[in-house]
Amino acid sequence: MAGIWVYAEIGAGGKVEPSALELLTKARELAAGVAAVALGPGATQAASTLGEFGAETVYASDDPVFTDYLAQPAAHALHQLAVQHQPELILFGPTYDSRDVAGRVQARTGSTLMTNVTDILTTDYAQTQIFGGTRIVDVTLSGPDPKLLIARPKAFAAEPSGGKAAVVPVEVLVPDECKKVRRVQSHAEAGTGPKLEDAKVVISGGRGLQDPANFELLGELAAAIGNAAVGASRAVVDAGWVPYSMQIGQTGKTVKPEVYIAVGISGATQHMVGMKEARRIIAINKDKDAPIFSIADLGIVGDALSIVPKIIDQIRAAKG
Amino acid sequence: MNVVVLAKYVPNPNGVPEMGSDFRLKREGVEGALDPGDEHAVEAALQLAEHTGGEVTIVSMGPEVALSGVRRALSMGAHKAVMITDDLLKGADVLVTARVLAAAVRRLEFDLVIGGVESTDGSTGTLPMTVAELLGLPSATFARRIELKDGTVMVERQTESGYDTVECPLPAVVTVTAAVNDPRYPTLKGIMQAKQKPLEHLAVGDLGLSADEVRPTQEVVGVEPMADRAAGEVVEDASQAPTRVVEFLTKAKVI
Repeated sequence: MAGIWVYAEIGAGGKVEPSALELLTKARELAAGVAAVALGPGATQAASTLGEFGAETVYASDDPVFTDYLAQPAAHALHQLAVQHQPELILFGPTYDSRDVAGRVQARTGSTLMTNVTDILTTDYAQTQIFGGTRIVDVTLSGPDPKLLIARPKAFAAEPSGGKAAVVPVEVLVPDECKKVRRVQSHAEAGTGPKLEDAKVVISGGRGLQDPANFELLGELAAAIGNAAVGASRAVVDAGWVPYSMQIGQTGKTVKPEVYIAVGISGATQHMVGMKEARRIIAINKDKDAPIFSIADLGIVGDALSIVPKIIDQIRAAKG
Repeated sequence: MNVVVLAKYVPNPNGVPEMGSDFRLKREGVEGALDPGDEHAVEAALQLAEHTGGEVTIVSMGPEVALSGVRRALSMGAHKAVMITDDLLKGADVLVTARVLAAAVRRLEFDLVIGGVESTDGSTGTLPMTVAELLGLPSATFARRIELKDGTVMVERQTESGYDTVECPLPAVVTVTAAVNDPRYPTLKGIMQAKQKPLEHLAVGDLGLSADEVRPTQEVVGVEPMADRAAGEVVEDASQAPTRVVEFLTKAKVI
């Protein structure tokens, strides 16, 4: 049996990880009979959303073993299901957990695995982008099914199909040797306000801010604009100025806001990959030769520390 | 404890890599280095081995030129290295690489395998997990902090919204982010000593892998330039800048 599957991560309260909906939308464009696999508490509840975006079948298990332990139980169950139903292709979102699961499934199936996928043309032909998104690479995939693809965030736009999924309970016994790596506790570090991925405006800071304390300025700008979130370049995340959850770029988050404001960021390719598809880009940087200016719709050459407070004042004045 | 580090030599980690007519990255005849992400893995391994008394072994796959990456890790303080070089491995994809590295690691005595989160050139980001599964080991990935505790490794694992505390029994595979430590620079003494350290050269045949098992399942068949985003207006007069930004935001209907 053929078919395309989407491995859908489920968050608290049965909330579907957005990338799963993007992938379902793409999958149903490629083939009929799209299925989703949802493992962990909330999976059954999530089936209606997965159906709405194109899953005709949802293999679901609400067993907490899939969230209590990292990767191994989910990889085991997904592999068992794949052996049973023989999908041609399994699509994964770019999250930490999905990368773990996909990597482990690959070892079991001996099938090809491609990451950073930006488009899927057929079940054995996909595209990615390299060199900071300046080149598109066409890749043919061979070897045993199921082929495994991990998409870039927001590679596809999620659109509902209005469908309804049949729920098939997953009856896989997870062996004890898969219950090794226990998630002891989860800690949230995300700030208040909209999530980076959802905000209309994203303001990111880099080394040009000179001091971690100056990140507060970006928070003030975000508050003045409204529906704005604050991100960061890898350089300042690596330096420990702000947490990893704020990182925009290849190894961080990918955003596509209405407006992206890069403050004191020179524009390393690793950063540009995560933001170059913003609708509009503003860059503020002292160095007029900074690469970020090559993709900015509005480039401001100057000292962010003196310019940003004035922008905040003007916005506040305009809003009264 | 004995720690194995999976290390990769990458071309031009801080510049723009070059691609050959075969659509493969040029790995020979260009500047290269130990992947900066792997330096964090080497540092983490050295710290653990130093605290517990043990050895760090570097395992790397690549062409002859990749030896300089291994030497860098040895000069940082790693004790020995295994280098797998074979013409059969040109164009190896992530599955082939994982099979080769797993086979090489299996020959060693170890408590922990450490890798970077993803390579700077390929950015696949799944290889260590595949190696873990091939070795039948648990893995704690995307670690920003590692601590040994009663025969287990406690890891602060990066998540989309913060971090999870994860408890993983040994032996295991751990991948580390750049936040985990600040890699040391090799000392002159370290560089001199590196030349004397044990270095084992292996080929595919030595690992008991067949030619079928190292045949890549991905082929790049074309590369096209992406339509460039053009640069727009540039304001160099700082006194005009705030007003222009506010006008721009207003026109974009976000304020």
